[in-house]
Amino acid sequence: MNKDTLPQRILEVERLSIRFGGLLAVNDLSFAAHDREITAIIGPNGAGKTTVFNCLTGFYKPGVGRIRLTHADGRDYLLERMDDFRIAREARVVRTFQNIRLFAGMSVLENLLVAQHAALMRASLFSVAGMLGLPSYRKAEKIAIERARHWLEKTELIAAADEAAGSLPYGAQRRLEIARAMCAEPVLLCLDEPAAGLNPHESLELNELLLAIRAETGTAILLIEHDMSVVMQISDHVIVLDHGAKIADGSPQAVRADEAVIHAYLGTPDSEDLPPDLAIGIAKAGR
Amino acid sequence: MTALRLRTELVDALIAAFVAALLALPLLGFKLTDSATGLSLDYRWPLVGYAAGAVFTGRLAIGQLRHFFGARFDRTRGQSDIYSADPGRARIMFGWALIAIALVLPWLPFADKGLVDKATLVLIYVMLGWGLNIVVGLAGLLDLGYVAFYAIGAYAYALLAKTFGISFWLCLPLAGLLAASFGILLGFPVLRLRGDYLAIVTLGFGEIIRVILQNWGEVTGGPNGINSVPRPTFFGLPFSAISPTGPTFHEFFGLPFSPVHRIYFLYYLILALALFTNIFIIRIRRLPAGRAWEALREDETACKSLGINPTLTKLAAFATGACFAGFAGSFFATRQGFISPESFSFIESAIILAVVVLGGMGSQIGIVFAALLLVGLPEWFRELEQYRMLAFGAAMVLIMLWRPRGLLASRSPTVRLGKLAEAAS
Ligand SMILES: Nc1ncnc2c1ncn2[C@@H]1O[C@H](COP(=O)(O)OP(=O)(O)O)[C@@H](O)[C@H]1O
Ligand SMILES: [Mg+2]
Repeated sequence: MNKDTLPQRILEVERLSIRFGGLLAVNDLSFAAHDREITAIIGPNGAGKTTVFNCLTGFYKPGVGRIRLTHADGRDYLLERMDDFRIAREARVVRTFQNIRLFAGMSVLENLLVAQHAALMRASLFSVAGMLGLPSYRKAEKIAIERARHWLEKTELIAAADEAAGSLPYGAQRRLEIARAMCAEPVLLCLDEPAAGLNPHESLELNELLLAIRAETGTAILLIEHDMSVVMQISDHVIVLDHGAKIADGSPQAVRADEAVIHAYLGTPDSEDLPPDLAIGIAKAGR
Repeated sequence: MTALRLRTELVDALIAAFVAALLALPLLGFKLTDSATGLSLDYRWPLVGYAAGAVFTGRLAIGQLRHFFGARFDRTRGQSDIYSADPGRARIMFGWALIAIALVLPWLPFADKGLVDKATLVLIYVMLGWGLNIVVGLAGLLDLGYVAFYAIGAYAYALLAKTFGISFWLCLPLAGLLAASFGILLGFPVLRLRGDYLAIVTLGFGEIIRVILQNWGEVTGGPNGINSVPRPTFFGLPFSAISPTGPTFHEFFGLPFSPVHRIYFLYYLILALALFTNIFIIRIRRLPAGRAWEALREDETACKSLGINPTLTKLAAFATGACFAGFAGSFFATRQGFISPESFSFIESAIILAVVVLGGMGSQIGIVFAALLLVGLPEWFRELEQYRMLAFGAAMVLIMLWRPRGLLASRSPTVRLGKLAEAAS
């Protein structure tokens, strides 16, 4: 890929709104995400970040708005019209969850094979070739296992490949969920607070993993994050939400200095949410 | 510490005894007696006392046992704890041993007609249990109307064979296909439902099918059922004493006529069908379809986020399970020679489900033992028929206490990197 070409815009969200009863959870939100970039979405608790992900991945149908995903070959997908599983399978938008959702009773490797379901199902000719043990299916399965092995190595889970996913320590479960999403070969990877609950060391490793994913696959990453150290170090672009509306959009440095952002964070009742970097920013602004 | 434990256990036992006394009061405490002066009420207080006392000691004993056996009694084990990374070599050997015993069973010295007939019945339930295990154990869909598909298979065979004279081996796939179609028909509207709701709707479906069979007299014979269903033939050779159309089995092989031939043949037939079911399940669990079923059981939302169509996947599980019930139904019809709606009441669904749950959801060998226990034992102790439901309940309570996940609940992975690495080096 030529370094000089601008990253291609692959996700375009236009005037997205969704309402739950009297609550406007997402309010007229527009933003874009680019190829080979990490876009962070930050904001106080309840700002509507997870709701945006649920709209992108088809779990919620937005009341208003358009979500357009463009593949490298120029094909367009209007995500707000597609079923959740088709968004993952065809548009290749794959997500992780704020509360980890693994197949707990299945092995780590099996988790990664389930992520390759569509391709394997086709190779097994809807179980016919698989039942007969035809070589075409065995070859496809071998490729799938190799892909799984690759991501297990990247996430340092290779030694735990045959363990039950539910028995892994918390940090490993977070990494497994990312590995599983990568096995589905996403064009856009949506990570919902992947660093939540990690210790500083694990958090640092996560940064490296995300950078490696970006460098190796060029996958665009959309990242919801509370931990400002993660956001500031690795994101190319930051979007700040508050009460469902976008209040800032720009480079990490620009967002850190933004007054509206500082106010949003100051305005939240639980000031423990206040990220350290912002605290510095606020201190500066106050002077 | 122990004093505290003893106190909590005593309180626990007292509460249990109190509940038992409350229940025993109307059930055992009063008795209507018919005397010359008319009806009068007798009081049997000692019986209430005995019941409460028995529950009290039983409850205490369970507490002590639980203390002794520690973790074995722990009912809070999670899904990942029943997971075993061990491929279960011992279990595989055990499975082969069971198959070997099943193969030679009719030739063992103590085997007689009755034993082989009972074994056939047990095998029907093993096959039904394995079939339902696809739906309940693998895909995690609670189906209380499984017997409907069994009935559809039985009636499909009876009607096809009787009206059109189609042979058993052709009817078998047709009956399976028909049952699977009904599975899809039922699945389409209801698979959006979860858990309890699905259970209730499938329960209703089972009853609807039974009521239709009972009332659609012109086709199904109504409550009288269908009699003289064609009996099985050995590749066209009937097992009767004489046949107007050609040689019979005993004539062809130059054997003296014996009704035992048919019983043995039926036994091997159901053994083959059950083994076929087993092989199918073992294989499909290693295929993407089977893994998707298990993934769906574990987390439906995560499945959707990975591009798995939950509706199609559930439909496939439902149809596959129904198909095996259809096979078993055909076999049932040809074995009995007579079928009626009575054979397909809700209690059958309950027994099949009990076999699956007792065996340990997802465990193939566990289901064999559960079928032996729930279907085989009552056959041997026919004279104790009236206590059957009591024993049934007691067994269920014990299992819930001792092994809440079933007799042999454990799951080993369908593919392992360790083994692949070994094979490569
Ligand atoms: N399914 C739902 N029904 C009703 N309210 C919802 C639903 N999902 C989210 N909300 C509300 O929308 C708001 C935004 O939630 P969320 O997107 O989870 O915030 P966060 O930014 O912390 O991820 C919250 O007030 C939440 O209660
Ligand atoms: Mg959230």
